[in-house]
Amino acid sequence: MWQKIKTHISESQVWKSVIRHGYPDTRRNRTLVVLSNFFLHLHPTKVPSHSLKLSYTWCMGGLTFFLFLVETLTGVLLMFYYRPVGEYAYNDILALREHVPLGIMREIHRWGAHAMVITVWLHMLRVFLTGSYKPPREFNWGIGVVLLTLTLLLSFTGYLLPWDQLAIWAITVGSNMARATPFVGHEGPGAKLLNPGMLGLEDVPLIHATDDARFVLLGGPFVGEATLLRFYVLHCVFIPLAAATLMAVHFWRVRKDGGISTPTDDFSQKAL
Amino acid sequence: MESVRHLIDWLASPIRFLPLVCVIFFLALRGYRTITRPRVALAILLGAIIFYVLSLLDHNFRHIVAKPDNVPITIMLFLSGFCTYLALRQAAINDERMERGLAPLEKEGSETIFVWPDLVYIEFLAAVLVGILLTIWSIELKAPLEQPASPFRAPNPSKAPWYFLGLQEMLVYFDPWLAGVVFPTLIITGLMSIPYMDMNPRGTGYYSFKQRRMAITLYLFGFLFLWVTLITLGTFFRGPNWNFFGPYEYWDVHKVQPLVNINLSEIIYIKILGTGLPSNWFLREIWGLLFIAFYVFGLPPLLAKTALKNFAAKMGFIRYNVFMLHFLMMMLLPIKMICRWLFNLKYFVAVTEFFFNI
Repeated sequence: MWQKIKTHISESQVWKSVIRHGYPDTRRNRTLVVLSNFFLHLHPTKVPSHSLKLSYTWCMGGLTFFLFLVETLTGVLLMFYYRPVGEYAYNDILALREHVPLGIMREIHRWGAHAMVITVWLHMLRVFLTGSYKPPREFNWGIGVVLLTLTLLLSFTGYLLPWDQLAIWAITVGSNMARATPFVGHEGPGAKLLNPGMLGLEDVPLIHATDDARFVLLGGPFVGEATLLRFYVLHCVFIPLAAATLMAVHFWRVRKDGGISTPTDDFSQKAL
Repeated sequence: MESVRHLIDWLASPIRFLPLVCVIFFLALRGYRTITRPRVALAILLGAIIFYVLSLLDHNFRHIVAKPDNVPITIMLFLSGFCTYLALRQAAINDERMERGLAPLEKEGSETIFVWPDLVYIEFLAAVLVGILLTIWSIELKAPLEQPASPFRAPNPSKAPWYFLGLQEMLVYFDPWLAGVVFPTLIITGLMSIPYMDMNPRGTGYYSFKQRRMAITLYLFGFLFLWVTLITLGTFFRGPNWNFFGPYEYWDVHKVQPLVNINLSEIIYIKILGTGLPSNWFLREIWGLLFIAFYVFGLPPLLAKTALKNFAAKMGFIRYNVFMLHFLMMMLLPIKMICRWLFNLKYFVAVTEFFFNI
């Protein structure tokens, strides 16, 4: 009876239109399951067994990606309830905390973000210590460094959104540095040189508090409502898209550069 | 008990804490085969846990460490320690094997196996496990929410998010244009240039320390000491007005810290020469400018001719200079720290007229 239903389903047109191979317990089907699935085809069909050992990879790269997915999911849920406007932002967060029974979406989002920062660092440590940045993987290491920066920026822009004292002052301290950017920050070295007066023309300082690097970052001379909107858009749209794109490149390059790193050296007594 | 606390508070001061961590770091790397023996490592772990648990009994310690946003730092500290142990342990085993003429463990018995089910199953389990841990963490610990944002009431201390506290701690030694702009940029470019600087062909795909001593020492120094240790210092030991407080000390807003730091120009003109400061800034800062110019532009070619002759020849002109730029900039921080502690040095170069302070 059970067998009959099973055959009936797996022989149906619907099933066959989705899954194009039998149960993956033979060599052929195990290959096909990876090759014919869009998500699984990130992987090769076979990998060296040492690369499955937790002690080798620490799982950190995969976990970083997993946490990115968790952040995307919980982030979308939070976006349903949060409005990035000065008069609503704080109250929306307060409501998430007070009015949702057992609500832990913000918690998962925040702790997941912290965890992601840590897993990125440790993934990088692992890649370094196994020499996995060496040829032919140099370029992918570079993409990884950009992804690390994007992860920190994602976390940094998100830090402002609760719009509480912790948020506004952390971002104030973190972005204060921008006003000391050489030449384009109004308290940076060389900013005073960008003045037609230096050429004997009219004395007009070109870089001041309302048009320097910090102003561009914050959308104002201090962390205010314009900053909140700016960081919201960066946090929810721009940086995640940039990170997702680079992640695709990162994963693709892992495959193109020969998959997970394996010992290639000659270990014969003579070579050592 | 009280005296132990005082001792730890005393030891935690940057002038003792940072050199201590540095010495421990280099000793640990030297004896990496000994300290990564499971028994030794277990003893260190137990020691750390006992220290942590006992310290949590202290009110001031608990107050800082148990802040919701500081919990990740504790996790990060233990994980960084564990991961470093894990890597060095395997490196020790592999190095010992390779000395005996055997291939590293990663090479031995490595056959290809199917992604389905072996890899997919590990990925699935890892995701489920971390998902569960994250859920428990989220149920147990509420995300912090303080008073509504007010641009008029600055908390003291105001701190950046925890992962940037290493940079904020650098502000003690350097002006924002260096600590907040130039150095972070150099960290990124430096990291990206690693694969092109490291010309050692050995060591891909397995853990080894012996074959890559310099690369690993430099990287771990940057990550564990200049990044993780400074974050720890910035989070746990910096209180109101960014003053230092020991782990068991009360964060007293009124702690008075004498401002005794002086510039290199003041040391030279006033303390040594006994004259006043020249009024012309260029004349005043000429010594500092000479020192920095020598450090950045003079030292690399000098070393290429002398101590690092072989190294420079092997690296080639561009590679050598890019490496030296990043290396010297990285070492500028410890150098400045030492000068601060020994001579109360504030700035090598202090052209406040143009915000150009180094």
